[in-house]
Amino acid sequence: MKIAIPVNEKNENTAVCPSFGRTYFFMIHDTENGQTSFYDNAANTTAGGAGIKASQSLVNQGVDTVITPRMGNNALDVLNAANIKLLKTIEGTAMQNIKALIAGELVSL
Amino acid sequence: MNNNKGKKIAVLSGKGGTGKTLVSVNLAALCPNSTYIDCDVEEPNGHLFFRPEILKEKIITQTRPQIDDNKCNGCKKCVEFCRFNALAYIKKVMVFDDICHSCDGCALVCPQKAITMINEEVGKVHFGKSLDTYVKSGFLKVGKISGSPIISNLLKNIDESNYTFIDCPPGSACAVMESIKDADYCILVSEPTIFGACNLEMVHKLVNVFHKKFGVILNKYTGTNNPSLNYCLKNNIEIIGKIPYSNEIAKLSSVGKIIVRTNSSAKKSFEDILEKVLKKVTK
Repeated sequence: MKIAIPVNEKNENTAVCPSFGRTYFFMIHDTENGQTSFYDNAANTTAGGAGIKASQSLVNQGVDTVITPRMGNNALDVLNAANIKLLKTIEGTAMQNIKALIAGELVSL
Repeated sequence: MNNNKGKKIAVLSGKGGTGKTLVSVNLAALCPNSTYIDCDVEEPNGHLFFRPEILKEKIITQTRPQIDDNKCNGCKKCVEFCRFNALAYIKKVMVFDDICHSCDGCALVCPQKAITMINEEVGKVHFGKSLDTYVKSGFLKVGKISGSPIISNLLKNIDESNYTFIDCPPGSACAVMESIKDADYCILVSEPTIFGACNLEMVHKLVNVFHKKFGVILNKYTGTNNPSLNYCLKNNIEIIGKIPYSNEIAKLSSVGKIIVRTNSSAKKSFEDILEKVLKKVTK
């Protein structure tokens, strides 16, 4: 599983970002090799269509699961078209959310 | 010849319901042979007062990309090119109509020639006449997002031999900028509330960004306990008129009457304002 989550900072203990399309960073966690990486969300500064652009870049990176507090309709359309699994965040850090997902404790968005 | 004619006067306010239509309809009705343009295309209401005889109707269209999936080879050049992020590529190109700005760029960059721009109806424009006033109104089609193409059509081919009064949409966003872009003078209408003053500040900033000449009308005026008046005094803004808070104006407006076409005592306020505005605009 390659999981993406919108985050405020580039570390595993970061808080989840309340915005999806305009988050500063995405944390990507690959369950195959246990590796975690971060990348800057280029959609953050766009005038419009941020959700679409952010979603497209997640799909391009081969992400198959997204954990987020919310997202807009357009982002949802893109991720649904790509059959990405969408789950709702719980309170806690980004890494706690990933662990909760692996433990099967998250519900779909 | 009076070469001051052909001037465009825009009437705007940050907040809805402050009296933009009241002011623009009445000034246009007073000023001989002038044109009234209703740019509030989301909810146009000037025609309810003028009840013009419709002389012409025009359908307004906007271009949208249509993708031929058989020709598309998935290079994503269109997705990368679109600065509005109106396109995505998931197994095929997805088009987000509400975000598209009709720039036609995707069709230009597509190496496969898989994109055709098609016309889509976004609304209509009415041109009519009410006594000696020309009335132009724009109507955005229900469900469409942006009124800008309709507004830009309304503001084309303006009668250069007479004055034009532009009734702007509320707020200070794109549609308002489109409406005041070519105006020679801006009238900011405000009401005596804190909310009204706050929104007056927003449009005040906007007309400054556009380097427009402007003045304020204090509508629903009841006295000096007035946040909008205080804002004007504090910022040295010229007040070009006051319209009293009046039961009579409200009653006449509620039945679609134009104040200056009645015997209302409020007619004088509009005559004074028009005289002042025409002096300002010709300076």
